[in-house]
Amino acid sequence: MSGKDQPRTAADKAEFKRELTAVVPHLRAFARGLCGRPDMADDLVQETLLKAWAAQERFEPGTSMRAWTFVILRNAYLTDMRRNRFRGEYDEGVAERILTAPAGQEEPIHLSDLHRALLTLQPERREALLLVGAGGFSYEEAAEICGCAVGTIKSRVGRARATLTEMLANGDIPRRSTEDDAAHRAILEELDEVAAGNLASTRG
Amino acid sequence: MPSDRKPPSASPAPRREPPEWADGLKQLYDSVVEEDLPDAFRDLLARLDDIDPKRGSGQGGGSSPSPGGGAAA
Repeated sequence: MSGKDQPRTAADKAEFKRELTAVVPHLRAFARGLCGRPDMADDLVQETLLKAWAAQERFEPGTSMRAWTFVILRNAYLTDMRRNRFRGEYDEGVAERILTAPAGQEEPIHLSDLHRALLTLQPERREALLLVGAGGFSYEEAAEICGCAVGTIKSRVGRARATLTEMLANGDIPRRSTEDDAAHRAILEELDEVAAGNLASTRG
Repeated sequence: MPSDRKPPSASPAPRREPPEWADGLKQLYDSVVEEDLPDAFRDLLARLDDIDPKRGSGQGGGSSPSPGGGAAA
């Protein structure tokens, strides 16, 4: 039928580009969760887009563009990790917002705490949790993206959840070396938000 | 008065239901998804049409060269 080797028509390319464009926000969200720093995450996404474009003939039309590009992003991230470009540094400015406090609990969970806790997880567990718990992939899809067994993903997600739950329950979130600088910035941003009267509207 | 439910002391049952922060994880993800796309991405997407896919992937040999850093040790 439709040979994979056949050169893509202009219409194919346009469709590919349309789908690629549509997943960019998801690539940004995944990358942000993986590496924490928005600027580095966006660099990673740009790299991913170029690689995906270059490899577009290997994409099977009709399959999930999100899953396909996540694999590329993941590989690019792992390569960069090996070169020590990312150290999972946390940018406190990402999400200084307050989660709705769970019923019966006095201390609300800050999204920034959650994000920082997330970044302290082992990379494989963080990735698994991001895919399943944030990205909404099934265990099977996540396993395919990570190139491992479904059981492995389940176990990684389970361990990641247990670790996060414990960290957040105990307020035992390891600090980062960037803390002073980042915390300072976060305070300033929060003050800005307070000044702008925005805090009440950040719930959704 | 103690409540009528005794806390399970010995065995901390593994959580089956999503933990209370689970929604926060989605919020983190969705908050990025909903951000306006920075101009850099619009520019890049606009430029893609000028890039020949073939040239980027060499001879289809799997590993795509990384721009700028061929032999980064």
